[in-house]
Parts: sequence; structure tokens; C-alpha cells
Amino acid sequence: MAEESTSTTTAHQTQRNPAWVKFNNGGMIELGGCWTISEAERLDKELMVIHDGASTKFIFNLSGLERLDTAGAWLIHRTRKSLESGGAEVILEGMKPEYGILLDEVAANDQSPPPLPHANQLLEWVAHTGEMTLDALARARDFLGFFGLVILTLSRSVSHPARLRIVPMIHHMEKVGLNALPIVGLISFLIGVVIAYQGASQMKQFGAEVFVVNLIAVSILREIGILLAAIVIAGRSASAFTAQIGAMKVNEEIDAMRTLGLDPIEVLVLPRLLALVLAMPLLAFFADMIGLLGGGLMTWIVLDIRPDQFIERLSDAVSLWSFWIGIIKAPFFAVIIALVGCYEGFQVGGSAESVGHMTSRSVVESIFLVIVADAIFSIFFQLAGV
Amino acid sequence: MTGDAVIKVEDLHTGFGDHLVHDGLNLEVRKGEVLGVVGGSGTGKSVLLHCIIGLKKPWSGCIEVLGQRVLDLEPPERSALEARWGVLFQDGALFSSLTVAQNIQVPLKEHLNLNQRLMDEIAMIKIGLVGLPPEAGRLYPAELSGGMRKRAGLARALALDPEILFLDEPTSGLDPIGAARFDALIGRLRKTLDFTVFMVTHDLDSLNAICDRIAVLADKRVVVIGDMQQMLNERHPWVLEYFHGPRARSAGLLKPGR
Ligand SMILES: Nc1ncnc2c1ncn2[C@@H]1O[C@H](COP(=O)(O)OP(=O)(O)OP(=O)(O)O)[C@@H](O)[C@H]1O
Ligand SMILES: [Mg+2]
Repeated sequence: MAEESTSTTTAHQTQRNPAWVKFNNGGMIELGGCWTISEAERLDKELMVIHDGASTKFIFNLSGLERLDTAGAWLIHRTRKSLESGGAEVILEGMKPEYGILLDEVAANDQSPPPLPHANQLLEWVAHTGEMTLDALARARDFLGFFGLVILTLSRSVSHPARLRIVPMIHHMEKVGLNALPIVGLISFLIGVVIAYQGASQMKQFGAEVFVVNLIAVSILREIGILLAAIVIAGRSASAFTAQIGAMKVNEEIDAMRTLGLDPIEVLVLPRLLALVLAMPLLAFFADMIGLLGGGLMTWIVLDIRPDQFIERLSDAVSLWSFWIGIIKAPFFAVIIALVGCYEGFQVGGSAESVGHMTSRSVVESIFLVIVADAIFSIFFQLAGV
Repeated sequence: MTGDAVIKVEDLHTGFGDHLVHDGLNLEVRKGEVLGVVGGSGTGKSVLLHCIIGLKKPWSGCIEVLGQRVLDLEPPERSALEARWGVLFQDGALFSSLTVAQNIQVPLKEHLNLNQRLMDEIAMIKIGLVGLPPEAGRLYPAELSGGMRKRAGLARALALDPEILFLDEPTSGLDPIGAARFDALIGRLRKTLDFTVFMVTHDLDSLNAICDRIAVLADKRVVVIGDMQQMLNERHPWVLEYFHGPRARSAGLLKPGR
């Protein structure tokens, strides 16, 4: 390859000169400086000027190049290719051998990605809606299947009590039950206070202040105590279950478990489920008591009803049934929360993002299902007349 | 290929809790060389790499990369330095919520301001360079095989055409043909891009094919550093076993009868 004699190039040879490109007449193109990725954006624009109509023969003079990396080589290769496809002849001159290697390397890997399928917007939207619906139905069926599987595993474990994992269960009881006491207590207390205060200001208008106690007792014992506990636990524990099981799924720990002969349902789901079923009624009881305490305190302050009067009134106002109705719901809610939490954990795909996605889904779904179940219980108790 | 040191580690002490991993480790990597780091499992090769790139803070010692002390850099200087090296982690460490092509574009987006078309093209070149098929660009890491994940991680490490390439066991999990291609690729690229490679590896073929020097980590420090001939003449028991074992023989390191 002959050295270019007409060139006005290579005046400065210090390291890290900015890249430049010069277009001369008759298809002569001179390149120089450091053709590296940090200059690629600018060079990309400058090279756009060249088009195949300008000449039938192009000569690239590379003797001014001080540094070339894959991005720079790609730009040269791309320009050359587009000129050649336009029917022009392209010659590279003054090139150091190592640049040749790089250009060959880039040329060998010039593989355009397969085009994305393109579709009608409206059609896509309709298809998307259809997919979502089918997906929701499939998930509902899947969830029922999971429920059945858990029941089956549970019945098998109960007939071999040695297979029940007591220690993990106690561990989970501590996590979901004991550690949740402060937050459940605080929320119930504050709600008790609010109900008493709002109730008092309404009842005062009719001079029926004492009925505030009825209001507090019935609402907290029947509904609010258990519902608050369930919602807090759904937020705390359903998310934790999903994230724990999901992270294990990502790490292929679940698959490892299966190959070692461990049943993931037995090892991961049952301890969590049983722990929650045992802890939930206790939490509901605790929420009831603290809620009543908050309400009682507030009635004492605003209505001057002393604690002993409050307790006396309480035993008149509500039957024991009101209390039991709240507590009976607890294990059902616990089953919902634990199953949704674990199920969504198993639905996690390979990515960290999907752990986050499933975790938020499990919280929303478990709270939703708890409230639906609560509504069903209300109707049921109404019909049963308690 | 001699020159000044691009990486200089002096009197490094590292550990976890009361478990000492490095005890007065010294190491110098010269400009333009491929340094292979070997050592038994758990001798602290990965930890050393993490220290050099500033992910783990050593207990004491001095680490200089490209003339800058990595331990006391301000965030903007750190980021500028990070743009000058590429890292392939032992397990790939791809971002699982991004496709392979997007993974490769992460450093491009972070350090440069390129248009999307150019980034797509650069990502595609890197994908081809490491031997992945073009369709792989659109896949998520979870959809790749272990060896493909490794290649994708290498493509990301190469994204900025770095001056130093840190590789943690790049050929483990590749089939022998893929591993040989990888060696050839590193060999070709360094001729043109003249980068320095710090490579943790157990692959005797790689050590033989592309490493200029080899550093052996044992007894919590670098016990010997030098070329293959020096390794074969070394009398340290671990080095002896490593370079004279049956695998070394099948890798063709030893002349018969030696
Ligand atoms: N995050 C950590 N916490 C505690 N100890 C660690 C941690 N990471 C590594 N270690 C310990 O440091 C030591 C060195 O680990 P390192 O990962 O560097 O080994 P390695 O030489 O890379 O081994 P391999 O060849 O198996 O990859 C090991 O003994 C390991 O137990
Ligand atoms: Mg390691």
C-alpha cells in the first residue's frame, strides 16, 4: 500500500488527539486521531455526510489514525459497507496491520439482529387483553391446584407427624406472630381511639353517649381487630414469604431441593402455613384487647366513663359470640395469606425483577382475598343469625 | 511487552471477621501483559480481584490502578476510572431484568452519550465478538445457558473497549472449543486494543496459550510470579503439584520423560 503523499495530516502525534475525518475531492477521505468509543457519537454524525452518489471510487486514508477500538472500527466498516452496497469501490490505505485485524474482526461479526415482528396497534391491544384474561383464569386454576397440593401434603404429613417440621414452624411463628405484635398493637390502639372519639362526638348529639361502648365493642371485636391484624400480616408476611421462596427459586435452590428428595411444599410451605394459622388467632385476640384498651381510654377521657363502668357496659353490650366471630375468621385469613404468599413465591421466574413483581402482587392479592372472605363471612353470619 | 505497572498491590491485608485471607500480599501487573492468577479454591483470588476494583475494602495496604489509588478516590474520579476497566465476574453477574443487549449497553449509557442506533450496533458487534448468536441479544439472562451467560458477561466487560480487563474464571463453564476460541479472541483483541488482562483461571490451556506471566496465590500471598518456564522450575509444593499433575501433562505442558 502506497503512502499518501498529498496528505496534510499527522501534524500532532501526542497521545489522545481527538478523532477527525476530512473529505477531499474525488472520494479521498482522510481519518486521523483516536477513533475510540468516546468519540463515536460525533464521528457517527460526521460520517453521515458521505453518500455513495459523490463518487464511484472512495479511498480511505488511515495513516493518521493513532488509536482504533471496536467502535471506531465499526464506524469505518459500516461506512465502507454502505458505500459498497451503493455500487462504489472502496479502498483502505495506510493502515497499520493491527487495525486490519480489528476491522476483520468487526466485519466478521457484522450480524444484524433478526427484525422484530411488527403488528397492528389495535390488534395488539385486543390480543393483550385476551392474553391477560386467559392468564388470570390460568392463574386462578393454578392457585386452586396449589391449594389442593398443599392439602394433600398436609394430610400426608399429619399421618406421619415425624415429618412435620416443628423447629422451622416455631421460627416462623416468632417471625410472623411475635415480631408483629408492636405494629399490630399500635395500629389497633390508635383505631380504638379514633372510633371512640368519632363515636362520642356523634352520640353526644342524641345524648346516647353510653352506646359508644357498644359501637367500640361490636366494631372492634367482630370486624376491625381481625381485619387490621390480617392486613398488617398480609403486608408483612405474605411479602416476606414470596420474597424468600422467590429468591430461592432464582438461585435454583428449589430445584436442588427436589433432586435431594425434599418436597418444597413440605419444607417451605407447611411450616409457614401452620405457623400463620396458629399465630393469627392470637394476633387477632391481641388486636381486640389493645383496640378495646384504646377505645376505653378515650371514652374515659372524653365521656368520663370510668374503666369499671366500661367493662360492665361491655359485658351487657356484646355477647361472647361477637368475640368468637372475630377469632373464628382468623385461621381462614391465615390460610389465604400464607397460600397466596407461598404460591406467588413459586411463580417467580429467573430474574430479580420478577421477585419484586410477585412480592407486590402477593400483598395486593392477599389483602383483596382477605376482604372478599370477610364479606362472605358477614353474609354467612347474617344468614346464620349471629 | 514490558512497561510500567498498571496495577500495583502492596502489603495487602484482607479478611472477613477473624478470617484472614491475604497476609501481606504484593503484586504488580505490567502494561499490556496478560497475567494469569492461579491458586486453590478459597485462596482469595476473587477477593483480590474485588479489592483491586474497589468492591471490597482491605484491612490495610495500598492498591494503585492506572496510577490512581483506588481506595481514596472521590466518586467522580472513581467513575472515570471504572470506565477504563471491564470486569467479568465469576458468575456473570448480569442484570436479570435486562436483555443481553441492554446489559451490554449499561456501561455505554452510564459513561457516554451515544444514540440508540449506534449502541444497538455496538452491542451487536460485542455479541458476535464473544461468539453468541445474534438472537441472544434479545434474551434475558435467565433464558441463557451457563456458558452463554459467561459470554454475555464478557461482552459487557468489553463494552467500553477497556484498558484493563478483569476476568474471574472466564473459561470455566465453556466447552473446550469455546474456551479455545475465547483464548484466541483475547489474543487477537490485545494485539489491536493493547489492553492489560488480569485473569483468574484454573484452565491450564489458557495459562499456556495466552498468559505472559502467572501469579500463584498460596499461603495467603503471591508465592511466585513469572512465565510458564519459571512455574515448571518452581519447587513450592502446591506449584509443583499444579504444574506437574496429570492435567498439566494432558495439557501438554510437560515434555514426556520430564
Ligand atoms: N463475603 C464473604 N464473607 C466471608 N468470607 C468470605 C466472603 N467471600 C469470600 N470469603 C472467604 O474468603 C476466602 C477466599 O475466597 P475467594 O472467593 O476469593 O476464593 P477463590 O480463590 O476465588 O476460590 P475459587 O477458585 O473457588 O473461586 C474463602 O475462604 C471464603 O470463605
Ligand atoms: Mg473465585
